[in-house]
Amino acid sequence: MARYGMVIDTRRCVGCMDCVVACKTENEVPEGLNRDWIASDTRGSFPTLHTEIRTERCNHCDNPPCVTCCPTGASHVEEPGRVVLVTPEMCIGCKACLSSCPYDARFVHPEGYADKCTFCVHRVREGLDPACVAVCPTRCMHFGDLDDPNGEVARLLDSREHHVLLPAAGTEPRIHYLG
Amino acid sequence: MRELILTRHNDLVDPFVHVWGWEIPLYLFLGGWVAGMMIINGYFLLRGRHREDLCVCSVLPGLGVVLLSLGMLALFLDLEHKLYVWRLYTTFKIASPMSWGSWILLLVYPALLSAALVRIPPLLGALWPSLDRWSDRVSARAGAVRGIGFANVVMGVLLGIYTGVLLSGLGARPLWGSALLGPVFLLSGLSSAAAFTHLVARHAEERTLLAKSDNVFLLVELFLIALFLVGLLSAGEAHIQAARLFLGGPYTAVFWVFVVGLGIAVPLLIQSLAVSHRIRHTALAPLLVLCGGLALRFVIVYAGQFSHWVG
Repeated sequence: MARYGMVIDTRRCVGCMDCVVACKTENEVPEGLNRDWIASDTRGSFPTLHTEIRTERCNHCDNPPCVTCCPTGASHVEEPGRVVLVTPEMCIGCKACLSSCPYDARFVHPEGYADKCTFCVHRVREGLDPACVAVCPTRCMHFGDLDDPNGEVARLLDSREHHVLLPAAGTEPRIHYLG
Repeated sequence: MRELILTRHNDLVDPFVHVWGWEIPLYLFLGGWVAGMMIINGYFLLRGRHREDLCVCSVLPGLGVVLLSLGMLALFLDLEHKLYVWRLYTTFKIASPMSWGSWILLLVYPALLSAALVRIPPLLGALWPSLDRWSDRVSARAGAVRGIGFANVVMGVLLGIYTGVLLSGLGARPLWGSALLGPVFLLSGLSSAAAFTHLVARHAEERTLLAKSDNVFLLVELFLIALFLVGLLSAGEAHIQAARLFLGGPYTAVFWVFVVGLGIAVPLLIQSLAVSHRIRHTALAPLLVLCGGLALRFVIVYAGQFSHWVG
């Protein structure tokens, strides 16, 4: 079975926020809330500073704590692609999943249920890329099956150094950042 | 040096997670308190103390039902998708502490109500004489009373530990990432229940017994809190930073003054003097213990949400 993931080239990302706007438009994300966002991460000491600009969202972890803690099964892993999704009609709005996500990728939709990035599964099922990937003007984002050795994302991971966010949290995220 | 700037400003999530307000700490406190009352009442039933005229057995289960219902009301108020609350009972998720908790709560009520039936409060007996007749039938059967007592002890322990495990199951918050949180909350619930029972008990022997027990519970709680902090300090960077919230960080004063000082150390001192007959028993120490128990839940829930992984 497929295991969808993303590879994001931080050397190409300029933080233009096209991905953020595309997500909000495609998924009708309510005003004031975001399923994806831009992080500007600066480390080091002057003058040897290093800034990484990257686009972030739900990591659709292989070991998703939001799914484990959900008391109703509203948060679940769905095939194909093992995408982490929320069924609004099953969510009671207890917010345990918000507390359990080390990436703070979830929020409460104004209608009361937990909401987050879906990897645009409605587009992926039609053979399209997620909206954020499709609009990226620098083509820094790549979406595909991490388990497909001949696929673009696997080849990129083989060719470049990469990292995930908060590896110590043990969630095994599926969004990889090329350094 | 590290500077992380996000363009995200999601409500309840940024700048740090604050999804749970007063409702959850209150629910955890009331749940722990009721758990402690169930254990104490269950112990009294197992020892046959319900036959004593002034036994608190006639008060604790009924009050437990009221307090637990208030706690569940607070929990319900916290839900964002309230109309779907029934979904909790259409499934059982073995890995979800909240799912365990919802089913445990469903079993706690029958245990409390059956314990209430062993010793009906005189006022209720006068209003509904049939309750008295049922109570006579139940309390006449020693085996049934022992069974009810045992069930209350077991359900009380499960409920008390669950209130802590609910948080420690959410590994994204390093402060809550300790297996000791369950025992800490259980002991806090026991000490709150012993303090309250001490306050309402009319039997002098019971009052002394409960004050002595409360001292033991408070001492063990203090020891577990120390172990909890040591455990965090000896773990990874995220857990060390979480412990520092209480060791110089923003929650230091409230934790040491209200939880450890006024909530545990001062009442422990007062009750130690009272049980050794150097001073009289007053309501001060039990009230401090109850306030300390509530403060513990607030501090752990709020500081826990503030803590986060670093990387």
